[in-house]
Amino acid sequence: MGEYSVVIAAIVTIAGLATLFGLILGYSAIRFRVEGDPIADQIDALLPQTQCGQCSFAGCRPYAEAIATGTAEINRCPPGGEATMIALAELLGRDPVALEDEAAAEKPKAVAYIVEEECIGCTLCIQACPVDAIMGSAKQMHTVLTEECTGCELCLPPCPVECIHMQPLQATPQTWKWPFPKAPDQETAHG
Amino acid sequence: MAEPRTIGSFHGGLHLDDHKALSTGRPIETARLPPRLILPLQQHIGQPAEPLVQLGDTVRKGQMIARAVDYVSAPLHAPTSGRVIEIGPRPIPHPSGLSDTCIVIEPDGLDTWDVLPEPISDHIHADPADLRERIRWAGIVGLGGAVFPTAVKVNTSGRHPIDTLVINAAECEPYISCDDLLMREHAADLLDGIAIIRHLVGAGECLIGIEDNKPEAAEALRRAIADRDDSPGEVVVVPTRYPSGGEKQLIQLLTGREVPSQDLPAAIGVLCQNVATAVAVADAVLRGRPMIERIVTVTGQGVQRPGNFRVALGTPAAFLVEQAGGYREPVGQLVHGGPMMGFGLHTDQVSVTKATNCLLAASPAEAPAPAAERPCIRCGACADVCPALLLPQQLYWNARAHDFDKVQDYHLFDCIECGCCAYVCPAHIPLVHYYRFAKTEIWAQERDRQRSDLARRRHEARLARLERLEQERKARLRQKKEALEKKTGDGKADPKKAAIEAAMQRVAAKKAALQTQSGNPGSE
Amino acid sequence: MDFASSSSPHLSGPQSITRVMGLVLLALIPGTLALLWYFGWGVLINLTIAIATALLAEAAVLRLRGRAVGAALIDLSAVVTAWLLALALPPLLPWWQTVLGSAFAIVVVKQLFGGIGHNPFNPAMAGYVLLLVSFPVTMTRWLPPEVVSGQALSLADSLHIIFAGMPPPGQSWDAISSATPLDQMRSELSQNHMISEIRQSPLWGDFGGRGWEWVGNWFLLGGLFLVWRRVISWRIPASMLGALLLIAGLFWAIDPETHPFPAFHIFSGGAILGAFFVATDPVSACTTPRGQLIYGALIGMMVFVIRTWGGYPDAVAFSVLLLNMAAPTIDYYTQPRIFGKRGRDDAS
Repeated sequence: MGEYSVVIAAIVTIAGLATLFGLILGYSAIRFRVEGDPIADQIDALLPQTQCGQCSFAGCRPYAEAIATGTAEINRCPPGGEATMIALAELLGRDPVALEDEAAAEKPKAVAYIVEEECIGCTLCIQACPVDAIMGSAKQMHTVLTEECTGCELCLPPCPVECIHMQPLQATPQTWKWPFPKAPDQETAHG
Repeated sequence: MAEPRTIGSFHGGLHLDDHKALSTGRPIETARLPPRLILPLQQHIGQPAEPLVQLGDTVRKGQMIARAVDYVSAPLHAPTSGRVIEIGPRPIPHPSGLSDTCIVIEPDGLDTWDVLPEPISDHIHADPADLRERIRWAGIVGLGGAVFPTAVKVNTSGRHPIDTLVINAAECEPYISCDDLLMREHAADLLDGIAIIRHLVGAGECLIGIEDNKPEAAEALRRAIADRDDSPGEVVVVPTRYPSGGEKQLIQLLTGREVPSQDLPAAIGVLCQNVATAVAVADAVLRGRPMIERIVTVTGQGVQRPGNFRVALGTPAAFLVEQAGGYREPVGQLVHGGPMMGFGLHTDQVSVTKATNCLLAASPAEAPAPAAERPCIRCGACADVCPALLLPQQLYWNARAHDFDKVQDYHLFDCIECGCCAYVCPAHIPLVHYYRFAKTEIWAQERDRQRSDLARRRHEARLARLERLEQERKARLRQKKEALEKKTGDGKADPKKAAIEAAMQRVAAKKAALQTQSGNPGSE
Repeated sequence: MDFASSSSPHLSGPQSITRVMGLVLLALIPGTLALLWYFGWGVLINLTIAIATALLAEAAVLRLRGRAVGAALIDLSAVVTAWLLALALPPLLPWWQTVLGSAFAIVVVKQLFGGIGHNPFNPAMAGYVLLLVSFPVTMTRWLPPEVVSGQALSLADSLHIIFAGMPPPGQSWDAISSATPLDQMRSELSQNHMISEIRQSPLWGDFGGRGWEWVGNWFLLGGLFLVWRRVISWRIPASMLGALLLIAGLFWAIDPETHPFPAFHIFSGGAILGAFFVATDPVSACTTPRGQLIYGALIGMMVFVIRTWGGYPDAVAFSVLLLNMAAPTIDYYTQPRIFGKRGRDDAS
C-alpha cells in the first residue's frame, strides 16, 4: 500500500482542487452574471432594417433570430453588405464569410419613385411595403415618402402597370464623404 | 501703460514662412460687379436658407432673398440690385466639387439699396434681444472660415456667463492677409463692433489677440483705442506660430485656460469672434446693413497682382482673379482658403461665399504635388507638433484600418485639422485626409444608423397595425357568431328549422295521404 | 479653368525618410571611424559585406512581394540596419556569418513582418542575437585594440581571416584575438578577483577598456548630434543611460569590490551605441513620451541585470529585443493627456 499512497494523494489533491475551482466558477457564473442584451437584439441592431427579404427571411428581425439560433449564415444580407457581415462576425466571434456573388455587388442606395401619370391606385404596392413608406388609398394617387423608403424593392413586383422605378440617391455636399486616400506601398514594380 | 500681459503657450505648432508680403503691399481694392452673382443658399453651418424670391423677381441691394430656417441658420441678402434669373443647382466651393441650390442674380448696374432697418445707435441701452435679432437678420456668420451663425453664438443666455471676449486677429495661416488689411483700414469700425458684442454678452474683459507679424495693424488698433473714451479692448501681441489663430489655441495663449474637450469656450466663460465678424456686426447694428460683401485675399505666385479685394458675395472666382490681373502660368492649384487648411477647388467657376477668406492660386513650386506616401516609421514627429495634444499616428493607424470605434477612442473629433502633423511627416502621409475620411465615414454611419432605427420602428408599427386589423377582424367575426347563436338559443324557433319541420310534416302528411289512397282499391 | 485638387495641407516640410536615415548615418560616422582606428580593417570589411547583403536582400524580397524597389532602397533604412549590425560584430567574423546575420535581419525580421514601419523587433539586434547564439566562438573572438596589442592587422591579413576563416599563416588565434573588456570583467569576477586588482591590468583605461572607452565617446557625440537635430528624442537615451547608471551605482556603492564602477557600464559594450542608435529605432520603440521614458529605463535595468547575472557578457541586444515586445503595451498605458481633458486618459 505504501507505494500507492503517493498516487492516491495526488489524485485526491487534484480532484479536490478541481472540485473547489469548479464550485467557485459555478457560483461566480450565477452570482456575478451580467445581464446583457439577448443576442438576437444585438444582431438586429446591426442589420440595416431594409426589410427586403433578400436573406430569405420575412424581414430583419426573423433573420436576426435565425442567426442567433445558428440556422442562418451571417453573409446573407446584401443591403448591409460587407460592413454588416464583418460587424456580425465581430459580434459573434466568428470568422467572416464572404457574401455570395449577387449579394457582393455593392449596389448604390436607391429609393422608389412612383410615376404618377401611370399609377392606377390599386394599393398593391402599399400592402407590399414593409415600412409603410407609400402613402395613398384605393383609387387615390399613391406616392413614396422618400425619407422613409429603405430601397428594399418589394413594391416593384406587385405593381400591375410597372410604374415604380428605383432612383439612386445622389450625394449632396452635406452627405458627401471624403474618399479613402490611395493606400501606400501599392506602387508595384510595374508602376 | 499697464504692465504687459503674460502670454500662455500651446503645445506643438509650426513656424512657417508667412508669405504675407505678397498681398499686403496695396490697400483694399473694391472689386467690380460681375455679370452674374451666384449665391448658394448654404453659406453657413446649419439649415440652408429658404428662397423668398422667385424666378424673374426684381431685387434691390440688401433685400433679403432667402430666410433662415430653424434656429441654427442664417438668411441671405442680394449683394446688389438686379433680377433673379435662376434658382437651381450650380457648382459651389466645396471639396467634393458638387453642386447645390443657388440663387443667380443678374445685376442691373444701378446698385439701388432696399429700405434698410433703422440703425441702433444707442447700443449700450438697447435690449440684447434686439441686437441679436439684428445680427440674425443681417445674416452674419463667423467670417474666420467657420461660418457659424453669430446670432446663435452670442446667445449665451441659459448657459455660462461670459467674462472674457477674445477677438481673433491672429490670422495665423500663411498667405492670408484680409484681416490684417481690414484692421489697418477699419480699426474704428472693429472697435465699434467689439463694444457692441461686449455689451451683448456682458463680458468684463476683451482681449484682441494679434500675431507679431502684423505691427501696422496692431499700431492702428492701439491708435484707434486711444482715440476713444471707452476702452473696448486690449491689444495683446502673440508670437507668430501656426496655428495660434485656432480658437482653442488663441484662448489658451491669451487666458491660459483650456477649452474642455468636445465642449465650447462658453463653458469656461470665453467667447471668441473674428475681427471681420465684429466689423460686420458694427455695420448691421450702427448702419442697418446686412452681410453682402467681404474682404478676400487673392494671392499666390499664380496671379499677376496679388492683393485684397472687397468683393460682393456671389462673385465667381474666375472673375475675381481677373481683377487681380489674371493668372500667371503655371498654376498648380486654386485653393479656397489658406495652404494649411483650405481645400483645392476643382474649377474657378464657383463663387465667393461668406466662407471665402482667401483664393490662393499656387504655382507648382509653392504647392507641389503630394510626394508618394511611404509607410509610417512611427517617428512621433506628428505628435510633437499637434496643438490638440493628440496622437496622430494612432488616429492614422486606426483610420487606415477602418476601425472607427478605436479612432474615436483616440479623440478623432478633437482634431482641428490644422495640418501640422502632415506637414512634418517624413513619410509624406496625407494624415489630415485620413482623419477627414474617418470623420465623414463616422457621420455617414451615424446617419445610416438613424435611418435604420427609424425603418425598424416603422416596420414594427406596421406589423402592429396589421396585427391590430387582424384582431379587429377576428373580433367582428366572433361578434357575428355570438349574435347568431344568441338568436337560436332564445327559445324562439329557428325560422329555418321551423320551415324544415313544416316541410317535413307536409311530406309526411302527403305520404300518409298517398298510402290511404293506395290502400283503397279502385285506383290503378 | 479646371484644377487638380488634393487634401490640405498643401504645404510640406523638408523631412523625408531618406533625410532622417541620412542624418543617422552621419551621426554614426565618428564612432565608426574610431572603431576603424582601434580595430583595423576588419570593421570596414564587415561594413561592406553587411551593407551589400542588406541592399541585395531587400531588393530581392521587394521584387518577390511585387513592391517598388527603388523607392524603398533609397530611404536608406536597410543601410542603417546593416551598419548597426556591422558595428556590433567582431572585426574577424567570417564573411558568411556576416552575410547570414544581415540577410536574416532584413528578410526575416523586417520584410517578413511587412517591411519598413512594420517590424516589431529591431532588425539589427535580432540579427546580432541570431549570430551570437548560433556561433558563440567566432562571435566572441574580438581583437585587442591597437593601443593594447601594439600591432595592427594589415588589410591583406584581415581579408585572409575573414574570407578564409583561418588565422594568417604563422599565427594562432590566441595570439591575435582577445576578449572584450566586458567578457574579461565577467571571467575575472567569476574567479573572485577584486575590482581593484582587475583594474591594475594594462587593459583598462580611465573609465573603461582602453581604446573601447573612446569609441563610446565618439558615438556619444554622434548621438547628441541626433538629439540636437531632433531626429531622435532625448527621452530614450537619457532614461536608458540614466537607469543603467543608477542601478550600477547602487550596486557599486553597496559592494565596490564585486561590482564594476558605473562609468564602466556606460562606456563598455554597446551601451552608448544602443542608447542613441538602437533603442531609439522608432519603428520598434514606444511612441508616447512617458512610454519612451519607461521603455528606456527598463532597457537600462535589463542591461545591468543580464550583464551581472545573465549568461552573456553584453546585454544591450537582448534587453532591446525584450523591451520591443513590451513596447505596444507600454504605449497603451501611457497615453498623454489631450487638450481640454483633465488628467491622463487611457485609450479605452
